Formats: sequence, C-alpha cells, structure tokens
Amino acid sequence: MTQSERGQWDVVVVGAGGAGLRAAIAARESGARTAVICKSLFGKAHTVMAEGGIAASMGNVNSGDNWEVHFRDTLRGGKFLNQWRMAELHAKEAPERVWELETWGALFDRTPDGRISQRNFGGHQFPRLAHVGDRTGLELIRTLQQKIVSLQQEDFRETGDYEARLKVFQECTVTRILKDGDRVSGAFCYERESGRFFVLGAPSVVLATGGIGKSFKVTSNSWEYTGDGHALALLAGAPLINMEFVQFHPTGMIWPPSVKGLLVTESVRGDGGVLRNAEGKRFMFDYVPDVFKEQYAESEEEGDRWYEDPDHNRRPPELLPRDEVARAINSEVKAGRGSPHGGVFLDVSTRMTPEVIKRRLPSMYHQFKELADVDITTEAMEVGPTCHYVMGGVAVDSDSAAALGVPGLYAAGEVAGGMHGSNRLGGNSLSDLLVFGRRAGLYAARYAASLAVPPQVDEQQVDAAAAEALRPFSAEESAPGAGQPGAGAPTPAENPYTLHQELQQAMNDLVGIIRRAGEMEEALERLGRLRARARRAGVEGHRQFNPGWHLALDLRNMLLVSECVARAALERTESRGGHTREDWPGMEARWRRVNLHCSLADPSGGLAATGPERGQITLSRQETPPIRPDLLALFEKEELVKYLAEEEFHE
Amino acid sequence: MSTHTGTNGDAGAGAGPSAAGAETAGAPEAAYRAHFRVWRGDAGGGGLRDFRVEVNDGEVVLDIIHRIQATQASDLAVRWNCKAGKCGSCSAEVNGRPRLMCMTRMSDFARDETVTVTPLRAFPVVRDLVTDVSFNYEKAREVPAFVPPPGLAAGEYRMSQVDVDRSQEFRKCIECYLCQNTCHVVRDHEENKAAFAGPRFLMRVAELDMHPLDAAEESGLDRKRTAQDEHGLGYCNITKCCTEVCPEGIKITDNALIPLKERAVDRAYDPLVWLGNKIRRRGRDT
Repeated sequence: MTQSERGQWDVVVVGAGGAGLRAAIAARESGARTAVICKSLFGKAHTVMAEGGIAASMGNVNSGDNWEVHFRDTLRGGKFLNQWRMAELHAKEAPERVWELETWGALFDRTPDGRISQRNFGGHQFPRLAHVGDRTGLELIRTLQQKIVSLQQEDFRETGDYEARLKVFQECTVTRILKDGDRVSGAFCYERESGRFFVLGAPSVVLATGGIGKSFKVTSNSWEYTGDGHALALLAGAPLINMEFVQFHPTGMIWPPSVKGLLVTESVRGDGGVLRNAEGKRFMFDYVPDVFKEQYAESEEEGDRWYEDPDHNRRPPELLPRDEVARAINSEVKAGRGSPHGGVFLDVSTRMTPEVIKRRLPSMYHQFKELADVDITTEAMEVGPTCHYVMGGVAVDSDSAAALGVPGLYAAGEVAGGMHGSNRLGGNSLSDLLVFGRRAGLYAARYAASLAVPPQVDEQQVDAAAAEALRPFSAEESAPGAGQPGAGAPTPAENPYTLHQELQQAMNDLVGIIRRAGEMEEALERLGRLRARARRAGVEGHRQFNPGWHLALDLRNMLLVSECVARAALERTESRGGHTREDWPGMEARWRRVNLHCSLADPSGGLAATGPERGQITLSRQETPPIRPDLLALFEKEELVKYLAEEEFHE
Repeated sequence: MSTHTGTNGDAGAGAGPSAAGAETAGAPEAAYRAHFRVWRGDAGGGGLRDFRVEVNDGEVVLDIIHRIQATQASDLAVRWNCKAGKCGSCSAEVNGRPRLMCMTRMSDFARDETVTVTPLRAFPVVRDLVTDVSFNYEKAREVPAFVPPPGLAAGEYRMSQVDVDRSQEFRKCIECYLCQNTCHVVRDHEENKAAFAGPRFLMRVAELDMHPLDAAEESGLDRKRTAQDEHGLGYCNITKCCTEVCPEGIKITDNALIPLKERAVDRAYDPLVWLGNKIRRRGRDT
C-alpha cells in the first residue's frame, strides 16, 4: 500500500525526556547506532517541568545519608509494594548518575564547601535532592541534550556526519511497535510536520514516553502525556503493572481556572512552607497515619525546631509522602474548611525573606506573579491536588529494564512500573530516569549486538499500521453498521477534542483521588461508549501538522490506559499509596504482594474487543517475590509488621 | 458546561459563571468574546483569519488558541507543552511582539482590542503558528561542548556558588528562541544567518567560558576567539532587543554578550596573550 521510508538502527528510543536521552547516551556509548524519536522538539520534554530536584544519597548536607536510608524511605513511600530490586539499584546508583551530570556540564546549586547542595523533600529522611533553584528538570534535560550534541560532534569529527551514530527524529510519533514473531523488529512512525509515515527497523526499542496524565482533567502534565508507551507495550503484548496507582500531587494551582492543575513544587514545603486551612490551622498534624507516627513531629513547635536541629527533632507532617498530603487536603476541603477557590493555603512567606524566596523558588515566584497576581513573598498560595504521575507501567526485569514477554522491548522512567510501588517520593523520578534510562540503553544495545541477523520488518504490519493511522481522515464512511438503529445513514464523525474532554471528565470524576466501586463501574461503561465513538473520530484538513489528527490517534492510547487504571482500581479492594478506596479504606497485608497485570484482551494485538462490558483489557494477579533478607534487615521488626503479612516473616 | 452563548457578544451581560464560590477573592470577571486574528497558511502563503472566541477570567493567549482549535479549526497548528513558561515551545508574535503565548494574559488587552497572533518572523513557516526552527539546532551543534577538567573524577567537582551564579543565569534559558527571532542581525537579514549564531548561542559560549571548571583552554580551544571568529559576535551591536524579549529575564546583553566581547577584544589585542596562545596551540594541535 504505502511506500514508507525505511531506516535500520540498532536501538530506537521512543521519547526524549530524561529517561530517553539517558538511554540513548548509554546505547550510543555502548557502540549501538541509536535513533531517538520524540513528539516535541528536542529539549522540550516534560522532564523540564520537574522542579524540586534529583534524589541521591550523596550525603553532602547530612553525612548520615547513604543508599540504605534512601532505600528505606523509598519502600516506605511506596508502602512496600515496590519492586525491591529496582529500589535497591536506584538507591545505590543515583549518586553516580548525578555526579556524572557534572562531568557533562551541569551546574547544581552548591553547599558552602563547594559540593552539590541537597534539599529536604517529603518522605526523605535527610536533605537529599540535588537541585538548581526550582528548575532542576530543565537543567537535567539541557545537560543530557548537550551531552547528545557532544556525542554528535565526536561523530562529526570522525565521519563528517553528525547523525552517523545518534540521530534525533524530533516532532515524530510512534503508533505501533513492529514485531517479527515474538521479537521486536522496529517502530512505525509519522512525522508531525509533513504527516508522512516512516519505519525505523531495530532489534531493540526502548520506551521512554512518560506518563498518562492527559487522561485526567486536572493535571500537571502536558499534552504529550497520553500514555503512548503504555499503550504501545500493551499492543505489542507486554503487560502493565500497578496501573491503579496514580499520584495526585498535593499542591497544584487552583486559580485562575486556566492554570488549574499547574504544579506548585514540593520544594515550597521542603524549604519551610506550611499548609493551613481556612481557619488558619496547620491541619497536617491531624493526618499522620500510624505507619509514620514515629517519624513526624507531633506539635508545631517541634516541627519548627526541626529546620534548625534535624538531629533532635522530627520533621513537620507537611513533609509526609504525597499521597498522605493529597488525601488530607481533599478531606479538609470536603469538610468545608477549604480556601475560597476550593483548596488550602500554602504559605512560605512567614519563614523566608523575599530575597531568599526569589532565589530558592524563582519559577514559583514568577508563575504566581505572572499567572495569578499573587506575590508569594507576602501572601499564601491557594493549592489543591492535581494528577501528576502514574506509578504503574510496563512490567520490566529490574536489572535490565526489559519488558516481560517481548524480547527487544525495554522501558524506563515513568512508563516503566514497579520502582515506586504504590506511591513515588518527590525527587525519586529524576533519579529513576537516570538510573534506569542508562540501564535500558545499555541492555538494549547489548541485546542488539547479540543478534547475528536482525529481525525482519513485516510488510503486512506496516500496511495495517498505516491504515489505522489514516482512519480519522475517512471517519464518516467508516460508521459501524452494528447497533445503528437508522441503518444506512452514516453517523457523523466525532470531534476528537470533545471526546478527549469527556474522557478527562470521566476519569477525573470517577477514578480520581478517592474511589468507589460503583463509580469505577460507571467509568468502565463510559469508557466503553467513548471507545466506540472514538472509532469515528474524524478530522478536517490534511496530514501536514494537523493537531486534530494527532489527538484522534492519541485517543486510542488514552482509552487503553484509562481502562487499565479503572479496571485495576476496581479490582484492588484496599487503600494503599496512590489508590484510595472509600469503600475499602484499610491497607491489607494480603494485598502487598499482589501485582495486577493488565494485558490486551485480544492477544493478536488488534483492538477487536470494543463491547462496553468486555473492554480491551484483562487482569491477572501475580505474586511478587519475597524481599531479600538482607534488605528486610534494614528495617526494624516493629515497622515491618505494619506492612507484611505474618507468614512473610517465616519465608 | 459553558453557559455562554455569545448573544450579546460583549461585557458579560448576564453570561457570567454561576454564583458558586469565589466571592471573597474579588469578583470574577465575566466571560466575553474577543476578536482574534490568527495567521493561517504554510510555506506557499497564507493570511490572517478572523475568529470570535470566548475568553474567561485569568486566561492566556494560548488558552484562546486552544479554544479556537477545539471549536472552530481543529487543524490549527500550534506548538505548546508545559503551559507554564518552562519549556519555551509556544513562541509566537502577539500584536507584533515576540511572546510566549502561555505567559501572555488576556487581561493585558482591552476587551475590544483585536489580538493578532502570527508565527515567529525570523524562521520559515511550516504551518499556521508553527515555524521551522532548525536554524537553532544547527547553531547549537557548532558550539563545542563542555570540556571536563582532566584528572578530576565524577564526584570530585568543587565549585563555589558565587562562581556558578553567572553561568546558572544563562542556563535558565528555555530555548524559546524569542531572542533569536527578534535579533535584528538576522530578523530581516537572512544572509547573516550563516555567520551568526544568535544571542542564544553566543550566550551558550559565554556560559561555558564562565564555567569555573571548563577545561577548553587547556585543550587548546579558545572560546573567546571562536565567539568572534566562528559565531559572529562582532555582528552584535548591543541594542539589547534580545534581553527585552527574554521571558526568563536573563540579562543576555549585559551579562553574556558584552563581557564576552570585552574578553574577546582583550584577547585579540593583547600581544602576549596572543603569542602565548599561539605557542600552546602549536604544541597541542595536530
């Protein structure tokens, strides 16, 4: 049918955020010819939105820190659901990954003795986040981008071609992973600018596409976060895990409406910001759960003393993990103690001088001043929860980042599941990107090099992918005959923007921060109806840089991942981390070792199942391996009994 | 759920949001309909198209462009990502001024004022508000990367805050390319593009030159000289247009370009430095 352009690579990396770029660097340095493909311009990835810092136990500010403490904090934050091997590798390797950035030109904020400064954050026992003011993500992206350019400069000196061994295909989108038998053979892509299709053949594909936040109405995520990698993995036959765990960041902007959801960095609390309700009360002291009682201050006085003397006082509860703070804010608003626009007050003006605020939180100062007419050096901010991050993702091998069941497929960063368990700590995302981005690139390159003959691209799959991608241009003709009362008359095409808004509303209202069985059942029904309508999503105009078309294609992915979230959330009858059930409020030890795997109901990789009842996703329960004894030994028994079932102590 | 029908077309006659909430935070402005003119077309040509579109309290120009996309022109091409002034994607010219659309508030304009949105002028149009910014990526490749100091392992870097402050200021750059677009050296002089890196990448040279541990000089690379000879620093006549449009408030001219010029000049006219460089260069180069 279509004659698509071809290229053959050793490793194709999908996504150019922190994980994708770090994977590309590792693959190229391992000798693999590497292509990076990304939806936006090179250097614009969502990682730039990360503000607070990179968690790494370098111990520059408090020498008591080390990887064991970081590991412990990470498991506590994730309520012990984490893939413990990932958490171990992450805690051990994060410092090296940060130091390495300095050798590539990164300039972090400094301690008085000239080392990388580290700041406090929720759930981290010690000041641990390497940062640059509140624009750490930008520094990370720019550093990785500039490292990529420097590798291209090396190649240019050697070969006369900047792109001989490392090429970035910017503003391009992958719609299908291609396979040769059960192995990866490449990716089917389109270029946004021209709308032309092309195929990147490769034995290894690394998914580094980030998250799914654009399925929710109130979100801190950009348009790119449509769950592409999650969906590509599902369609290629790889399962997703932990999809019920979605992080609602406690502090998003809530006013004016056009910026609702925009992130307010946790650094505000890390640097001393306090949360108050409409009555002026620091309400977080009422919300310290049992599992964290020993680690958090009981009075405002103790919390305040901690900033000066952390060794003899406990931290204020504003620095609890994000899931706890988000639920607390939600409860306060529900109880009628919210701020005028339905949030709570976050105030940093009482603890720091205007000069210090502007230096440590420059982009927050700017953001509130420019977009909300609020001067955070003198006034409190109004904040409320916003969909921020998905803990769930592709089920991967902890060491190699290889997706389960599909040789040649890798996943790193937010699109990979398991590392953060049921809730991610702030700062652990940027370190995750670096640690597992590198591992994915490394193992993807090794796998590619191990094959004598690369897998072949199947022309039939290419044709099918092209037809699927073109369908929105002939939507009206493809009105399904089944279930149409007035047969004969074609159903008019659906507006993709309208479908998207309805999807966001449904997920926001029915599978949001507090969940109930009846609402999630309704969500699944609504998703079924939206899925049927999305098949008729039509677009105007032509293929050249047409956002309506792009959105119509992204809808497939958002519907798939939304169904994963709703189905897994309905199945898990307990509350843990980023999954809160009003009808099942307790955390159950028997659920700790259960991972819910989502996979495609139609294993042929098609999307046949469009009936509302059946859906496209099937769930299965998998038991995770027991935590290695030497890692368990890092915790006190009294703490472990709060999380682990009795029998786990005897294994 | 918007109740606004636009029957009156102006000044919120009965079309305000419902009375729910918000009375303590100052009366919310009612929605109104604004007149937008948006350039539509491609490399082959195009023109301004008129739109009447709803505007709500607190919105920015990018919100309005999105509303046009969702309700009137689904294929209107526009770049954007973060909608928070952090990624530098949504650059355009609003009433002739280079701006980030996500940081340009509608309240900056009178309600009866026509808001005209056009693509960045210095770069070739791809479609509608999207331009071909590949010029910038080519220039980025021509700036030699950070040279790590030999003999210093990862984790051993020590720098004081005061020494990294200046380069950190330049690293706030979000690469929106508004400075590249507005700089008169290239804005109306396509012919200068080959020899001129533009403010963003001259600032990148300055950033590396001021990095306390950059070992370019030891490796035989004179960043000041290359700024002058290879990146066209001499074209800049410090009119500060770049600084004026920078959404990050970076003092590009005062803190990057002028100091770089001063040092490049010192280098060029100081015979001892010149001689010293010459000798070392001969020793190190092939």
